Amino acid sequence: MAQEMFRICPTTGLRVDLRAQALIKWNAVAGIVFLAIGGLFGLSVALTRWPAVHLLPADWFYLALTAHGLDVLLLWIIFFEIAVLYFAGAILLGSRIAAPRVAWAAFVLMLVGGLTTNVAVLQGGSTVMFTSYVPMKAAPHFYLGLILFAVGALTACGVFFGTLVVAREERTYNGSIPLVTFGALTAAIIAVFTLACGAIILIPTFLWSVGIVHAIDPLMYKLIWWGMGHSSQQINVSAHVAIWYAIAAIVLGAKPLSEKVSRAAFLLYIFFLQLASAHHLLVEPGVSSEWKIFNTSYAMYLAVLGSMIHGMTVPGSIEAAQRAKGFNRGLFQWLRKAPWGNPAFAGMFMSLVMFGFLGGISGVVMGTEQINLMMHNTLYVPGHFHGTVVAGTTLAFMAVTYLLIPLIFQREVRFPRLAQWQPYIFAIGVMGISLFMMGAGTLGVPRRHWDITFADALTKYQFPPAAYLMLALNGLSAICAALGGFLYVLIAVSSVFFGKRIGDAPAAAPAKPAARPPVAPVGTYGSAGTLHIPGTVVLVGVFFVSFVLYYFVNWKYLAEIWPLR
Amino acid sequence: MAISPPAERVWWREKIHREELVWIIVAFLWGLVMFFMMIYWHIVGQQNLSNETYRVTPEAFAAKADAMIAKYTVRDDNGIPVVKPPAGSDVYLIARVWLWYPHLELEKGQSYRLHLSSMDYQHGFSLQPVNLNIQVQPGYEMVLTLTPSSAGEFGVVCNEYCGLGHHTMVGKIFVVDRKPAI
Repeated sequence: MAQEMFRICPTTGLRVDLRAQALIKWNAVAGIVFLAIGGLFGLSVALTRWPAVHLLPADWFYLALTAHGLDVLLLWIIFFEIAVLYFAGAILLGSRIAAPRVAWAAFVLMLVGGLTTNVAVLQGGSTVMFTSYVPMKAAPHFYLGLILFAVGALTACGVFFGTLVVAREERTYNGSIPLVTFGALTAAIIAVFTLACGAIILIPTFLWSVGIVHAIDPLMYKLIWWGMGHSSQQINVSAHVAIWYAIAAIVLGAKPLSEKVSRAAFLLYIFFLQLASAHHLLVEPGVSSEWKIFNTSYAMYLAVLGSMIHGMTVPGSIEAAQRAKGFNRGLFQWLRKAPWGNPAFAGMFMSLVMFGFLGGISGVVMGTEQINLMMHNTLYVPGHFHGTVVAGTTLAFMAVTYLLIPLIFQREVRFPRLAQWQPYIFAIGVMGISLFMMGAGTLGVPRRHWDITFADALTKYQFPPAAYLMLALNGLSAICAALGGFLYVLIAVSSVFFGKRIGDAPAAAPAKPAARPPVAPVGTYGSAGTLHIPGTVVLVGVFFVSFVLYYFVNWKYLAEIWPLR
Repeated sequence: MAISPPAERVWWREKIHREELVWIIVAFLWGLVMFFMMIYWHIVGQQNLSNETYRVTPEAFAAKADAMIAKYTVRDDNGIPVVKPPAGSDVYLIARVWLWYPHLELEKGQSYRLHLSSMDYQHGFSLQPVNLNIQVQPGYEMVLTLTPSSAGEFGVVCNEYCGLGHHTMVGKIFVVDRKPAI
């Protein structure tokens, strides 16, 4: 293997495969472009939901909603995830990337697929929502684009697995793979299951759309489609948890409290997260309660257990690192003295908190079999998943971008003052979007609905004024989040193309073993002073009490609705 | 660090720190509580979704609904019949683009066997302001026993996207107090 394929990163000492670097760059840029497009669609949806503004006509609203889901939930997140996989595989292991040509083919397939489906949506004949529930039929190239995209993403996962094998064969690292790579591996394993589900259901649906298959059972479609649709959110969870660990390590030198516990928590994701398809079938005919209870709880909440563990070990590792640096006063000096002006850290920590409090708690409550009766298909659902995939995943991806720009793009971050503010602006907006949509949902406001005033309807229903207030606040929050998103795209794109270049370290720098830490690990396991984490215990306690209270409050609400059996 | 291989090569032999261990146990037990809460509610709770479902064709379901409408229509509401079926009877509600058909008049405190099915796409039965939401599928007839516990006029909003007129799909359920026996 030729040495000139690599450069040594001057800041981290990581050995960077130049071909992996180019692949990371282009996958990330493609993701950011789709984020910009999808974000604009999202803003237009929120402004239409705000009754006083009511921006788009009905057909455009439903079209924009379809495109919004497609562009941000699928294309932005998966493109960026592929970049994360290549980073966690090739760069963190100091290895060459396996089969770079195949990786480029995967990129092209994903891009062509994503564009094809976007074209299908914009042509207007495929306004079927992101979920495209049969028997509602989209144009054939809507499904074809998704299939191409899935095949491309699956191929990219294969390149990642291949890179792990190459790194092991060529001994580019000692011992076990790093925790972050382990998390990325978790994401890739779940991705294989997910994309396979997508292929299993979308290929016959494509054949149905061109008239070869006679009919697709709507329940079967929904069950398997959500094997892709929900499980792909678990790819996101694994990926953004891996990023939390990565940012804590790179910015603060944080070390996992216990490798065993953190890895076991990722393993729980692999075993149990796939059951989540059931979350979408809780009020469906034809599926038994026993099936619903077992699957919706991920077999007794074992995947939730995984997330709750990360929810402690990530802040715990930060607290341990900060205390080792001497921030030892009181419960929270470590947190007060954290680098809140560093957008990577600020974004990461807000992602952690909001994912737990907004997305996590609401998801478990909403996924309770009977409580789902009060929430299914209301705006509570998008309220929940904007807490997970936007406040959690997207914010974490934005945060890690501020580290990738110098490391991978070899540029300084432009507009550093704006960059400091960007995560806060975005986070406040997303927090509002999530909370106010959940609020509207508890008042019964439906999701995917153009006009809750029912102006054109023969029969009317009057929602309470509080619902209108919630939708207005949601619109304002969306403007705030869109501003944060715009700043992110501006900073990322202009840094990548116009940022000041950062030079390389001399090529003579030692190459193996690679992946050396930028700063010495703070404290080893069991050493005194690093492992008392009272601040984290208090934070986790607050989380737990909120969780339990909110859970039982919802059972109380449920007990008040009409009896049914 | 999390971005480099574990410092301890045999990391799986590490002892788990006490604060972590306590949290793992608490979180695991909480998961069990939440799991058994769903089962407990099936035993003592009043709000559980029925498991009774049949395969049905749109034509067969519409025929059953039409028979009920012919027998029990009491008045007309904007061109849509309002049906008042006897307490305890089978009540059929058709979902189709973009209509809930017919409108229903039920008595408070009485139970009805409500049959739901769609003629075309998927629809969402969203009873407001009760906020009770059930998915309605074509080809499947779900039967649930519903007991209105409050009187008044209730809207049935469609909350599953069903095409460009989705937002105009609203039905009605009127719940009246039971007339005292004479």
